[in-house]
Amino acid sequence: MTAPAPAPTPTEQSSRRLRFERIPMRRIILIVLSLSIIYGVVAGSTATLRTGVFTAEDWQSLIINGLARGSVYALIAIGYTLVYGILFMINFAHGEVFMSGVYTAYFVAVAFAGNGFLNSNPLIAIAILLLVSMAVSVFVAVILERLAYRPLRGAPRLVPLITAIGASFFLQYTFRGLYGANVRAYPNIEILQGKWTIFGIQMLKTQAIVIVAAMLLWVLLYLFVARTKTGRSMRAVGEDREIASLMGINVDRTIVATFAIGGALAGAAGILYVFLFNQVIFTMGFLPGIKAFTAAVLGGIGSITGAALGGLLLGILEAVGPNLFLTGANVPSPNQLQPVIAFGILVLVLIFLPGGFVGASEEKRA
Amino acid sequence: MNHLLELEGVSKRFGGVQAVDSVDFWADPGEIVGVIGPNGAGKTTLFNIVTGFYAPDAGKIHFDGHNLVGLKPNQITRVGVSRTFQAVRLFGAMTVLENAMVGQHTRTKAGVYGALLNTPRTVREEQKVHASAIDSLAFFGDRLTPRINSLASELAYADRRRLEIARAMATEPQLLLLDEPAAGMNPSEKEGLIELIGRLRDVKGYAIVLIEHDMPVIKGVSDRVVALDYGKKIADGTYDEVAANQQVIEAYLGKAGSEEQE
Repeated sequence: MTAPAPAPTPTEQSSRRLRFERIPMRRIILIVLSLSIIYGVVAGSTATLRTGVFTAEDWQSLIINGLARGSVYALIAIGYTLVYGILFMINFAHGEVFMSGVYTAYFVAVAFAGNGFLNSNPLIAIAILLLVSMAVSVFVAVILERLAYRPLRGAPRLVPLITAIGASFFLQYTFRGLYGANVRAYPNIEILQGKWTIFGIQMLKTQAIVIVAAMLLWVLLYLFVARTKTGRSMRAVGEDREIASLMGINVDRTIVATFAIGGALAGAAGILYVFLFNQVIFTMGFLPGIKAFTAAVLGGIGSITGAALGGLLLGILEAVGPNLFLTGANVPSPNQLQPVIAFGILVLVLIFLPGGFVGASEEKRA
Repeated sequence: MNHLLELEGVSKRFGGVQAVDSVDFWADPGEIVGVIGPNGAGKTTLFNIVTGFYAPDAGKIHFDGHNLVGLKPNQITRVGVSRTFQAVRLFGAMTVLENAMVGQHTRTKAGVYGALLNTPRTVREEQKVHASAIDSLAFFGDRLTPRINSLASELAYADRRRLEIARAMATEPQLLLLDEPAAGMNPSEKEGLIELIGRLRDVKGYAIVLIEHDMPVIKGVSDRVVALDYGKKIADGTYDEVAANQQVIEAYLGKAGSEEQE
């Protein structure tokens, strides 16, 4: 609690004085806030470490777990960052783009599991699942742009934002209608079961595959944006739409390509997500979507590198954070509180580092 | 009717202001036309109409057999019109080379799929784009070539103007519209600009229309000069004819100052 502000008086002089007082007050609140966070984190962590509940291996596996889920966030975050980079809007329906692909691929997976193809030819089956998921997500993303966002291209910024939230619910409940309201378990893929030991660190095969696949996709995307003609047009349209058009770039087509690329990565992220979590439901896009948005803001929205680093960092903090900070403070079942960490980070980043740690101005903006 | 660019009775109104008032204007192949006039005379608006940023309220615009009215800026670039801006508008977060490469977009065909699959055609096309961007930059001697990997925003002012012209050249135009290319240049840079504009015509064969306030530059390069005032064309002829035109003198100096004119 802070001291109550003096009652405002109608005279000009006192209102001017009030304004002067407000600036240090804000700073004091921020300092108190950051100190108490640092105290909480340090005290919680030392208390946890002193209890010795977790071994070094536990921490290792938590970090691997964080890296794996962070890789998924990173891929989704790229979709936010690309669209922001070119249209300066947050596509809040991107989580549903992610959900639509992997949920559709679920039915293919079930069919493959039924006729034994999934485990007799797992690599081909996974490739097909990936293609289906990516294709559906691309389709949804492109339709979304065409029907919901393009007509609002000239509208004030708040309008497409509200539309995006509406589109998010529209898509969720459309897929609920299409596919039902239940949680559905993805069929098991036998070759993905079990563990590998890499550099002396034990990890689930799925975790290793997810991390490597996400890295690969990120590198491909980076090269695409940096080196290809379409990547160049994306950056050009992001920087100055009028001039880009004057240079012969088809702005509409470039924006569609941006949504499609974001959709493709979200579709791939969906398959990686079920490798880790094994289930789908029509609401599954919501939390990963918002967390990926957090990751994009954390890294600096508009930056591809920022999206990747933000995703990984958020994943690790989310996996390690609750156990490290909260166990020692005797908080029961700290892992239930992962979203607290994730969205706490969002708020803190917005307060202390609004540009993210890579910064949107620097770096290749898409 | 074998003008390269021909405007007939083009008008544009913004609210209560008649920015361009039934202007007839033309440029022939290989011709350099200077457009002069006081601030607010409608010069830049004329460029914006020709390049498709504004639709004219009335009038016809023909270029090389195409009707430009109703075309989008990218389509107008495709038929061979390119321009620069009064306030330089480069892609600041891209390198010098990339800026010049972007100009080639209208001349290439490969799309997203080609880029994704990296087809041989895409690779060839990228090589061609790269080579021709290098070529455009080389036109400016040692000003841009040594800096191809710098960000455009890091260039010195005059070099940014040069890069903007290089980017316009990369679209392979027949007609180049230059909006105050000498703005902010020192006298020796202006000398260089006069030489450059002549070379653009002689080597590249462009027709060039330039808006300029700097009379020595106008005098130095123009085959023909057109003067605008309050959106109307008030003079059209050689530099000496236009400079001697009473209406032009009045537009620039007011009625009282007209005796002082050289």
